[in-house]
Amino acid sequence: MILVLLVCLPFVGSLAAVVLLRTDSRVLAARMAGAVTFVALVLTAVLYPSVRDGGKVRLDLEWLPQLGLNVTLRMDGFAWLFAMLVTGIGFLVVLYARYYMSEEDPVPRFFSFLLAFMGSMLGIVLSGNIILLSVFWELTSIFSFLLISYWHNNAAARDGARMALTITGIGGFCLLAGLLVLGHIVGSYDLDVVLASGDLIKAHPLYLTALVLILIGALTKSAQVPFHFWLPNAMAAPTPVSAYLHSATMVKAGVFLLVRFWPALSGTYEWFMLVGIAGISTLILGAYFAMFQQDLKGLLAYSTISHLGLITTLLSLGSPLAAVAAIFHMMNHATFKASLFMAAGIIDHETGTRDMRRLSGLLKYLPITGTLAMVASAAMAGVPLLNGFISKEMFFAEAVETHADSVLDRILPYVATLAGAFSVAYSLRFIHMVFFGPPPTDLPKPKPHEPPHWMRFPIEFLVLACLVVGIIPSLSIGPFLHSAVISVLGDRTPEYSLAIWHGINTPLIMSLIALVGGAALYVVMKDYLAKCDNGPPLFRHLGGQRIFERVLVTVSWKWARWLESNLGTRHLQPQLRLVAAAGFLAGAVSLYLAGFSPKPLAFKDVDPIFAAVWAIGAFCALGAAYQAKYHRLAALVLLGGAGITTCITFVWLSAPDLAITQLVVEIVTTVLLLLGLRWLPKRSEKVDNSVSFSARSRRFRDFLLAISCGFGMFLFSYAIMTQPVPDAIASYFLDKAYSEGGGRNVVNVILVDFRGFDTMGEIAVLAIVALTVFALLRRFRPAPDSIEKPEQQRIQNAFDAERPERSAGDTVRDYLLVPSVIMQWMFPVIATFAVYLFLRGHDLPGGGFAAGITMAIAFLLQYLAGGVRWAEDRLRILPLRWMGFGLIMAAATGMGAWLLGYPFLTTHSQYIEVPFIGKVPAASALLFDLGVFSLVVGATVLILIALAHQSVRMHRVRGLDAPKAEEN
Amino acid sequence: MELVLAIGIGIMTGSGVWLILRPRTYQVIIGLSLLSYAVNLFIFGVGGVKSNAAPLLGEGVDVSTLTDPVPQALVLTAIVIGFATTALFLVVLLAARGLTGTDHVDGREQPK
Repeated sequence: MILVLLVCLPFVGSLAAVVLLRTDSRVLAARMAGAVTFVALVLTAVLYPSVRDGGKVRLDLEWLPQLGLNVTLRMDGFAWLFAMLVTGIGFLVVLYARYYMSEEDPVPRFFSFLLAFMGSMLGIVLSGNIILLSVFWELTSIFSFLLISYWHNNAAARDGARMALTITGIGGFCLLAGLLVLGHIVGSYDLDVVLASGDLIKAHPLYLTALVLILIGALTKSAQVPFHFWLPNAMAAPTPVSAYLHSATMVKAGVFLLVRFWPALSGTYEWFMLVGIAGISTLILGAYFAMFQQDLKGLLAYSTISHLGLITTLLSLGSPLAAVAAIFHMMNHATFKASLFMAAGIIDHETGTRDMRRLSGLLKYLPITGTLAMVASAAMAGVPLLNGFISKEMFFAEAVETHADSVLDRILPYVATLAGAFSVAYSLRFIHMVFFGPPPTDLPKPKPHEPPHWMRFPIEFLVLACLVVGIIPSLSIGPFLHSAVISVLGDRTPEYSLAIWHGINTPLIMSLIALVGGAALYVVMKDYLAKCDNGPPLFRHLGGQRIFERVLVTVSWKWARWLESNLGTRHLQPQLRLVAAAGFLAGAVSLYLAGFSPKPLAFKDVDPIFAAVWAIGAFCALGAAYQAKYHRLAALVLLGGAGITTCITFVWLSAPDLAITQLVVEIVTTVLLLLGLRWLPKRSEKVDNSVSFSARSRRFRDFLLAISCGFGMFLFSYAIMTQPVPDAIASYFLDKAYSEGGGRNVVNVILVDFRGFDTMGEIAVLAIVALTVFALLRRFRPAPDSIEKPEQQRIQNAFDAERPERSAGDTVRDYLLVPSVIMQWMFPVIATFAVYLFLRGHDLPGGGFAAGITMAIAFLLQYLAGGVRWAEDRLRILPLRWMGFGLIMAAATGMGAWLLGYPFLTTHSQYIEVPFIGKVPAASALLFDLGVFSLVVGATVLILIALAHQSVRMHRVRGLDAPKAEEN
Repeated sequence: MELVLAIGIGIMTGSGVWLILRPRTYQVIIGLSLLSYAVNLFIFGVGGVKSNAAPLLGEGVDVSTLTDPVPQALVLTAIVIGFATTALFLVVLLAARGLTGTDHVDGREQPK
């Protein structure tokens, strides 16, 4: 239970910090974050007794057990040590950030991200399911991105964040793939099972695939060559982030993973070569690059890369002693590097620069910080009596041993000593250039002074830890390290000693050579380093960063542009042509492959009347296609004809519900398109009838395509319709409609009962469309040539103006006077008809959809009869209320089933005895249908009225254009 | 019966496809309407073509003789949604014409 709390608490704190975003105070957010991290630290600490000596705490929550995905949290000694690191340094960083962040920054956001990151990191550490681990792994990448780009006004921060996300994101993706392969090999995603099946994994043919993918994940995260370049660019982040994420915790996630899977994956030749080459080259290149950095944080970043390389190298060796050294060095590095980053932050904060060429002689101004930084640097360089020395000695001892005899193994002692010398040189350089020498001359902030005590406290604490571990290792870190080692190595735990003095042996001599050699190297290169450009010679212009950017530009810009310009089009017609052709081919090819042959046509049972109806229908369809360009009204009428044919077909072929719906929808569609016609441009056959050859050939091609599609559909539908209908789900619905749905109209029962959830989705779509139409029309600006009153109205008004006894507008008003009176009287009749359709829907043709549209037609007729103003003076429809009521009604009916303990949208039906009328069916589906009805009324009316209103609205286009015209 | 309906579906499909490939927005909207008739009839036809067998349960009606109600339920909502998309498309084309000044589907006249 504590484990869940431990993982969730930081996320809860993160959300709470978001709430604090409105407050100005950085103190409040910092206190909250501090409290959360402190509680997490205490929670971790109290778990120690249960993980000591190979103990384990484990918690299983079922998530998707069918897929082997569970929320499993487990803590063993190693996870405990890492969790202590995450929460402990987290607490110190929060304390430090409290003073580091300036008032102008949105501080709550910073702490929110930081806490969320801490939660993700704890998630990685405590995951007992490898897929869960991958989820948290991605989360750390995302929060690292957000934290690096915290100062998002800074271009370097944005670029660095993007680069970090790209590299670690690709790595995370590979890791997920690798873990899936691993899970496939083992047959379980449970970490304990995976760790226990090392032999099975190593013998499996997919071992190398899984290994390479997992290694890409781990090496990208831990900034190993050749993926190292994102880390120096991530230094644009605020310093607390660099100290926490990019030295102490997140970059350790990669090596954490290597340790975690060490029992399952290591010990093979492939492991040694892949991990070894990456580790050794990172170790030496990182140290070499670090010497030539002019930016304080850049130096520390490359040094971090080098130390991570050291840990990776140790893990590559596959010997248990090396694994002990790796775990130990992870802790040591986190302590001294985090303190050095914080010291660099203080220097930056106090002087305003991190450029070592401008800094010098700061010991006089920052005596305490300077002393602390010196001790920490000494630990980084591996000076005796400090923690860095002990783990480095262990590394040298392992380097000398022969593990897998190869060139790599034989050169390792020399490489290790050389890297040691480099690290001595850059540590010395850091201290000498910043704290010694003449007083600084051109600092952006001239008078640096010691920071507040509590800002320095984290450094003091960490440096003290360096000293304590360095002097009395077995008394301080010893037992904790032992628990961690046992949990990883189990019964392979070797005999090891954390003593400082092992006598004069090869590692000690190597250390001495490194110390002396490094000091000598610095003395020789001092003058060059004090002035040179940023970056090492020879490599200065050949960075991984440049290659990365090149690749990115090539892929995301050049190739994408090429593809777009060669394969894409912005024209609609070619796209639709492709869609139509692809549709035709998909149908034709698959039918051909399935051995389709057209059936003989049967003419004998053709009903002549039905054929005549369809002759008219076909004529209408063809006519609409022919007339749609120049005679829009004619095309609309013909379209209506085709619609009526469809409607008659539905009646003929036993689909009365469809026929009713089709009929009423036909009416509203026609009105809709009629309303739209007014805003379309004039098009006359005589004016633009210049047909070029290319246009002609294009038309011919489209014509062929249309003929093919039509003919294909004919053959296909004929073939399907002459097949005997297979006994599918139809009989189920027919059998159960009355017994379980309580209705005799099966189509309606399907809509409101069996498939009620689908219907609910459909009415939601209808509501969304109606609102979209409404929103689009609110900002509607017609084209300039459509703004004037239509020609007919102008003629009528001119007619009125000519005659003295008429005033303008009379003709428009009197137009179709008798029909309009009849239409007004029709309102109650149609409304009653709608109610009738609605009520009978469950048993006879009708239902919510048809009734809703009928009701909408009743409203619509009032608009048609009297015009928009007349109708709205007398009738307030409020379509949005209708729609809202409909949606709530449908959802509430569905939820009502919950109250009675049934799943969503379970219906109940019974008959009620109503006086004078008799038995009336009262299924709860009727209420649902009422929701459908109401929504359909609202949506239809909203769409049509919004469109109708456009003629009444004053359009300000001309008004806006007028001043422009005057300017010209 | 099937033959007539199949020919009708074919003609409506052909007319619809021809129209959606035309350059004017109004042609496309008419074409889409014709296509939706054709598709609705096709889906409906999949359930079998029978006269006087509406899926209404009455006393003493043999359930197995009735026509398949499932395609009908599908088509019924398709008709209503079809109206909604026609309306949406109409408004989009009106707004596009207001913004671009042309009723060409690409928002500008094709260069001759």
